[in-house]
Amino acid sequence: MKFKVNGEEIFASTGGRPFDKNKPLIIFIHGSGLTHMTWVLQTRYFAFHGYSVLALDMPGHGLSGGKSLESIEEMADWVSDVIDSVGYKEASLVGHSQGCLVTVECTSRNPDKIKTLSLMGGAGAIPMNPELLALAENNDPKAVDLMMDWAHGPAGHFGGHPVPGLYHINTGGMLAKSRTIKNTLGVDFRACDNYKNGFEAAKKIKIPTLSILATDDKMCPVKEGKKLANLIEGSKIDIIDNCGHMMLLEEADRVLNVLKKFITTNYPAKK
Amino acid sequence: MTDKKDKSTKPKTYKFDTLSLHAGYQPHKNAGSRQVPIYQTTSYLFDDVDHAAALFNLERGGHIYSRISNPTVAVLEERVAALEGGTAALATSSGMSAIFLTVMTLCQAGDHLVVSSQLYGGTVNLFRLTLPKFGIKCTFVKPRDTEGFKKAIQENTKGIFGELVGNPGNELMNMPEIAKIAHNAGIPLMIDATYQTPYLCKPIEYGADIVVHSLTKWMAGHGSSMAGILVEGGKFDWMQNDKFPTMTAPYEGYHGLSFAEEFGPTAFTMKARAEGMRDFGPCLSPQNAWNVLQGIETLSVRMQKHCNNAEQMVEYLLGHESVAWVSHPSVPDHPDHELAKKLLPHGKGSMIAFGIKGGKEAGEAFINNVSLASHLANVGDTRTLVIHPASATHSQMDEATLKFAGLSQDMIRLSVGIEDIDDIKNDFEAGFRAARKPRLVSNQ
Repeated sequence: MKFKVNGEEIFASTGGRPFDKNKPLIIFIHGSGLTHMTWVLQTRYFAFHGYSVLALDMPGHGLSGGKSLESIEEMADWVSDVIDSVGYKEASLVGHSQGCLVTVECTSRNPDKIKTLSLMGGAGAIPMNPELLALAENNDPKAVDLMMDWAHGPAGHFGGHPVPGLYHINTGGMLAKSRTIKNTLGVDFRACDNYKNGFEAAKKIKIPTLSILATDDKMCPVKEGKKLANLIEGSKIDIIDNCGHMMLLEEADRVLNVLKKFITTNYPAKK
Repeated sequence: MTDKKDKSTKPKTYKFDTLSLHAGYQPHKNAGSRQVPIYQTTSYLFDDVDHAAALFNLERGGHIYSRISNPTVAVLEERVAALEGGTAALATSSGMSAIFLTVMTLCQAGDHLVVSSQLYGGTVNLFRLTLPKFGIKCTFVKPRDTEGFKKAIQENTKGIFGELVGNPGNELMNMPEIAKIAHNAGIPLMIDATYQTPYLCKPIEYGADIVVHSLTKWMAGHGSSMAGILVEGGKFDWMQNDKFPTMTAPYEGYHGLSFAEEFGPTAFTMKARAEGMRDFGPCLSPQNAWNVLQGIETLSVRMQKHCNNAEQMVEYLLGHESVAWVSHPSVPDHPDHELAKKLLPHGKGSMIAFGIKGGKEAGEAFINNVSLASHLANVGDTRTLVIHPASATHSQMDEATLKFAGLSQDMIRLSVGIEDIDDIKNDFEAGFRAARKPRLVSNQ
């Protein structure tokens, strides 16, 4: 659906069901340069099981209008504005990669507004490889090719997509190339590189939190994910074997099962 | 001395030859089986009612019924998508069903297509006679008439379709320019690249949005199994205009799903599967999918040999006294030679059309007197194949349609195999000797 946030038209997938303000809200935040489509194998389940879902296209990304936001802090405030814009007082947040930085910062700034936090391939800081950052800021498609290489585990490189007929690396690459690379991936990578408040923000979080990590994640290794998770009181960790950074697609079923158990327990839908 | 070696980081994603052997398959999820298993089953157990509902609602990926998808077929689909540089693929029971499914996913009654005139005879009949019965009309344009494609586009045109190298006359479409024409009009370009395989050309890199193949041909190579596939490029924006409501508007057949919004770069394949395979059902058998996979494992090696043999046969035919003309994009005076060098850098394919002196009668004598070369209605086998199109594949056409399709009565279509080149030439000598005899008799 399309709606306005701070005057800009924003797109969010509602998971194939009409947006219903009477149901608890789950917001999904994508990673650098990507779009709402990365969440298709999680959002539709929740939308069909008692939740209202918004898998957002961040400003300037996917089908959303506006320009890409330049800092993680701005993005965090914007996510809070999204909750206000759709008439909710609270929501559950799910983030992937850069989306984890955004949701951690947003939760620390809005302790009463965010009810559960789910982090996939997260870390307290995501310093960028200088070569990759330069390529993205120079609009070089090689930035996407390198990202797709590093973002997929050994198994993901061969394929085996959970949806029959889809090929991971080319689909992800096409998503990241759907808008001008320097205006999406370039801005996002710079925002990640500049963000230094992740660990401090994590210490302030007191809500139920889940971290899903993957053994072959080169972009946010398990060690970094654990460092962040250990700063969040009572945080749960789930580690997926033989999987890379794109766990939400590479091991979509496993991710959904863990996420489903966590969210339905800690933020149940109304019966 | 300056070190000019590029020291920049390179992506380590797998290359073509590796993908031919491995893409789409994870042994650790299949009992460690090194070879792709054949899932000879119609249906798949649900964990519980919630799991069943999730699969039907596209909440989860997975298999329900082998008409819609099958794990062995899915490996083939991913492998071809990977080789073509596509986002997704959908395998079908034949190349013709891949074309039909592509058109029916794209169009509805009242729509129009612009179509190259030089196509396999069956495809011509589909566009000329069968699709109008569904309310879909077509305008045919000669493949070299690039501007003609632009002029033929109407308000209700939903796409351009053609074979990159036309069957059987070997005329090339200027794919990059025709892609621009299509995209400027807000419609996709669909290319049948059966003759090329992704080893010789990846049409998506030159602007094609959907690629179709008869996998029965070079991709499989062994001539044992029928199969087809459509591959999605993922770049086409279905939401850029209001021409494709069945891609963008809520679809009643799937709880109001908008394929374009929900699946973006894989929307076309998702719709073709969810709607087309469900409603038309041209599914590929797992056994045939597996057979095709065996062929794809050696695609590079075979295509190199096919192209090498084809170039030697072109040279042989050009110098032969019984041959009136030879058409192959490798020939310098072929009208599309320069374009072929750009689009087909790894080889110009193994399809040769040539005219035999003595016309139809000589052609029939030639066909009846070769023995190594097989006379049959197929191309792209590892074995050398010959046919006289005017009396076989295009025999349903009248004289005028034959001419429009670039065919003549003296044309022999040759699909060069990978046998020893000397054996193929020796066999052709026998055919040519027989072809000369009727003329000698009639001259007496």
